Amino acid sequence: MRETKKKRESMPDGAMRRRGPKNAGATAARLLSYIFDGYKLPFCIVMVCILFSTAANVVSSMFLRVLIDDYISPMLSLAAGESLAPYFSRLLSALAMVACVYAAGIVASLLYNRMMAVISQGVLKTIRNQMFAHMQTLPVRYFDTHGFGDVMSHYTNDTDTLRQMLSQSIPQAFSSIVTIVAVFFAMVTTSWQLTIAVLLCVAVILRVSGRIAGFSGRYFIQQQQALAQTNAYIEEMLNGQKVIKVFCHEKAAKEGFDRLNEKLFESADAANRYSNILMPALANIGNLQYVLLAVIGGAMAAGGVGGLTLGAIASFLQLSKSFNMPISQISGQVNAIVMALAGAERIFGLMDEKEEADAGYVTLVNARYDQAGELTEAKERTGIWAWKHPHGDGTLTYTRLQGEVKFFDVDFGYQPEKIVLQNITLYAEPGQKVAFVGATGAGKTTITNLINRFYDLADGKIRYDAININKIKKSDLRRSLGIVLQDTNLFTGTVMENIRYGNLNATDEEVYQAAKLANADDFIRRLPQGYDTILTGNGESLSQGQRQLLAIARAAVADPPVMILDEATSSIDTRTEAIVQSGMDALMQGRTVFVIAHRLSTVKNSDVIMVLEQGRIIERGSHDELIAKRGKYYQLYTGAFELD
Amino acid sequence: MIQTLLSNVGEFKKDSILAPLCVSMEVVLEVLVPLMMAHLLDYGIEAGDMNVILRTGGVLVVACMCSLFFGVQSGKYAARASAGFAKNLRRRMFYNVQEFSFSNIDKFSTASLVTRLTTDISNIQNAYQMIIRIAVRAPLMLVFSLFMTFTIHVRLALVFLAVTPLLAVGLYFIMTHAHPVFERVFRTYDRLNNVVQENLRGIRVVKSYVREEHEIEKFGEVSDCIYRDFVKAEQLLAFNAPMMQTAVYTCTLLISWLGARFIAAGSLTTGELTSLLTYTMQILSSLMMLSMIFVMLTMARASAKRAVEIMSETSDLSSPQEAVTQVKDGSIVFNHVNFSYGGEGETLCLRDVNLRIESGQTIGILGGTGSAKTSLVQLIPRLYDATQGSVSVGGVDVRRYDLGALRDQVAMVLQKNVLFSGTIRENLRWGNAEAEDEELIRVCRLACADEFIEKFPDGYDTYIEEGGSNVSGGQKQRLCIARALLKKPKILILDDSTSAVDTRTDAQIRQAFQEEIPDTTKIIIAQRVSSVQEADQILVLDGGRIAAVGRHEELLKTSAIYREVFESQTKGGKENA
Repeated sequence: MRETKKKRESMPDGAMRRRGPKNAGATAARLLSYIFDGYKLPFCIVMVCILFSTAANVVSSMFLRVLIDDYISPMLSLAAGESLAPYFSRLLSALAMVACVYAAGIVASLLYNRMMAVISQGVLKTIRNQMFAHMQTLPVRYFDTHGFGDVMSHYTNDTDTLRQMLSQSIPQAFSSIVTIVAVFFAMVTTSWQLTIAVLLCVAVILRVSGRIAGFSGRYFIQQQQALAQTNAYIEEMLNGQKVIKVFCHEKAAKEGFDRLNEKLFESADAANRYSNILMPALANIGNLQYVLLAVIGGAMAAGGVGGLTLGAIASFLQLSKSFNMPISQISGQVNAIVMALAGAERIFGLMDEKEEADAGYVTLVNARYDQAGELTEAKERTGIWAWKHPHGDGTLTYTRLQGEVKFFDVDFGYQPEKIVLQNITLYAEPGQKVAFVGATGAGKTTITNLINRFYDLADGKIRYDAININKIKKSDLRRSLGIVLQDTNLFTGTVMENIRYGNLNATDEEVYQAAKLANADDFIRRLPQGYDTILTGNGESLSQGQRQLLAIARAAVADPPVMILDEATSSIDTRTEAIVQSGMDALMQGRTVFVIAHRLSTVKNSDVIMVLEQGRIIERGSHDELIAKRGKYYQLYTGAFELD
Repeated sequence: MIQTLLSNVGEFKKDSILAPLCVSMEVVLEVLVPLMMAHLLDYGIEAGDMNVILRTGGVLVVACMCSLFFGVQSGKYAARASAGFAKNLRRRMFYNVQEFSFSNIDKFSTASLVTRLTTDISNIQNAYQMIIRIAVRAPLMLVFSLFMTFTIHVRLALVFLAVTPLLAVGLYFIMTHAHPVFERVFRTYDRLNNVVQENLRGIRVVKSYVREEHEIEKFGEVSDCIYRDFVKAEQLLAFNAPMMQTAVYTCTLLISWLGARFIAAGSLTTGELTSLLTYTMQILSSLMMLSMIFVMLTMARASAKRAVEIMSETSDLSSPQEAVTQVKDGSIVFNHVNFSYGGEGETLCLRDVNLRIESGQTIGILGGTGSAKTSLVQLIPRLYDATQGSVSVGGVDVRRYDLGALRDQVAMVLQKNVLFSGTIRENLRWGNAEAEDEELIRVCRLACADEFIEKFPDGYDTYIEEGGSNVSGGQKQRLCIARALLKKPKILILDDSTSAVDTRTDAQIRQAFQEEIPDTTKIIIAQRVSSVQEADQILVLDGGRIAAVGRHEELLKTSAIYREVFESQTKGGKENA
């Protein structure tokens, strides 16, 4: 599918990515199941530890009351001459006890923080690995229909927000809830009247933070949109920077940029303004509440209502602070949690994508001829391959792998309502070279997509060595096909590793042989570290032609009986092409080859050339036959029609 | 570095100063609140004096309101200052990139430039906002609170003086140990992304060679690395909270014990004791904040460095003073030109090029990849400077021209050409912003682009997607030629610009050039011999040297390379028009 290449590779990470989760409950449950499945015991311990650590915190605020009411006040109202010593020794033992609780709290806190690191990172690793492993099973259609940047962001943005949520939000939310409950009880037991005052304040706090968060959220979305637009603009302009220079278009580029930059500034200003206001607002409402409580408490104590002591008031004030803190903490986390759940939902969405179906049962095995001349399975590599075909009646037949490919009335469309190929019938005998020519969108690449079953036919049949390819296990089918594409994809690693990608069991010697066959050996040896030269960024240090040669060597080392060359030489100049071409010719020797080419000179020597137009084969024959026919091929060949 | 950055604060200086000022006021008020509370407890509640309670309460409410006001103001100013700072930085960087010469552009990959203008700026913006708010708040809070504890009770305040440095050392220790691990994790993250990226791009290769397992293994290794490093780093950070608690609890216990003694001895009041406990929290949490700022700043430092690199990169090409602004004609002279992309001392990619092109001539250039065809023509509009020797246009050294004037007269259609998102009309007008529609149509006819444009339902208003992805290669090339023609240049350079155009159209375009713009010097780089066959001069380049110059018939006789290329393209009895 040529169209896919044109798809923009990085979708703007705009507002669409900041949408909330559709089904937060289910997503959260699924996320938690990862924790429970892998870390049930550790997670329970973590919960217990959080409980301890929170308890210690609450005790800390409660202790003030004991300190004042049971020790300090009595000491102050001591009759003259009475000894302070007993008070102090009792205070010392009380402090010792509190110290023990503190110590337990500290140990618990250390324990849960460390365990949480293992749990959250472990869960992330599991999710990450599952996601990637699942992605490998997805059909090519998935990759053709999903933006590159979108899929990438599952591994970057979405995983990042998830990490924050797992390692921070979950423990914090739990400890906040525990704190709120514990402190609430402590407050109620101290003074129910003051508790009501606190609750009223909390209502105000929730309202205010809700309002502010609402504003901030709205502007945040605007900011993200403006950011996405600005980034897209920057990317487009920088990609065309040389054109800008050539046209002296700098001024216009700057003006366009300024407009977007100004918009981004305005939305960023507003978004940050509201999120900056949140904290001081909450803190000061907290302070106001503090004052309010002191005044009410003081009035109650002065009026003798509710039996409030000085210690109780002091302690209550402390408690009210401990009550507000987790509430503002949670309100700070809500945004993070919502974003993380939305990210998790996208990740799970990828994981729930349907796998590439494979009902094939015919497998590819090593084989040899026994004394009777029958083909039988062999355990070791023999150089002979056979299709092992189990039948319904329990018998097994072996068919030698030869590379015969036949299409019978094949119809296909990427979308059911839009047929791309119609009525394709063609026979490729073992060792034949079959070429496809035709305009963009004529369906050339689609045909090859069907041979290796990247896509499944709508109608008709393809037989490989007389076996319906739907019966062949996909992995074995693909192993028997070599493919060289127009856009060479190399992987980070040495040249050696890149060639060996075609056959992981290839010895060094075999790799050298393949490279020689592909005419790549020469230039590889001239690289700074020869075969051990490390390639990065899709082999950016190599020329287009050199990359192409490596791709051919990679196909050569796989040594498949059938090769597909899809526009393998189209972006190479004619002189380099001659070198690549001779590598390819060597590779094509004795194999069934499907060639798709832009330059007709490449396909001239094919056994048969198929001219495609709008999904149909309109002409077929050898070069000479087609030229003699003076039809479409002739027109193309003489340059009367544009291919691209 | 910091100076370069700060010079971009510009009109947001006022906000940048007001933000920390408001923060300071907020901090002062916040620090005073516990002190007044002590007063309220001691002289109001304990003494049962309702008047004191109400009066102090009133003062406190005012204080809180003021603090709220300053807090909100500081938030507003900080937001404006940081967003504005980011805006200015972004603009300065973008503007500077616009001044880049080709060799400056070559130095940075587009991806890295984009990251610097986006992610790095965001990091700096966040860091800046933090500096003018939290980085002011935390140390002030620390100092003021400590000061207040001293005014309350000197000997008790010593408790903080003992505990604070211990906590600071502990935090410092954790951060310095965790930071390198985090840095490593982020690098490993890049590796992971790289694996995914290569996998996505090469999914057809992966699937064709049935390497899914291999890829999963590769991913798993990096994923494990990340897991190990992250656990290590986070387990180190896990000491933070307990350490903080230890400090708080220790202070609480010590203050309770000593406080009780001092109260008994009469040198401390109960209210003051509770204030001291409040200050405990304030002091220690500001320490915690400081340590966080420390980490964030070290992270932002890397971004700042990358941003400054762009800002301080100066273009190595600029218009001279008293520049020539008129290009007389389209004649070109190369005089002993040597050129290398790396500057003097590097391997030369053009060697001793001598060339004389008359105004209005058509020049063809042929040669294999790496023969420096593109390098040669890029010297004419002064996209690069010759390393040695000189290039003249219209009889004047290109280095004496005003760059804009020169490039307006030397139109170049680049090999890797780009259309921008926008309508066809907008794209064409890059060549001349004021061009009338008739003019547009005329150049499109010259470039044989009119036929397909008129077939589009929206004609000249057809929207071109980013990178021109919704037109075919041949159409894109013709649009790019039309765009260049709109400049009415004296010299037109086509760098392999008709490779995707069929031979007949290619010939038509050349024919149109011949007839319609006879006075323009035309330089055509091509792969196809047929594209240059009729040129007045054909240059055959080989390894950075001019291997042969001449007309088609001459070269067939004199140049082996030319003959070879010609034969490879015509053998097999190609019946070419």
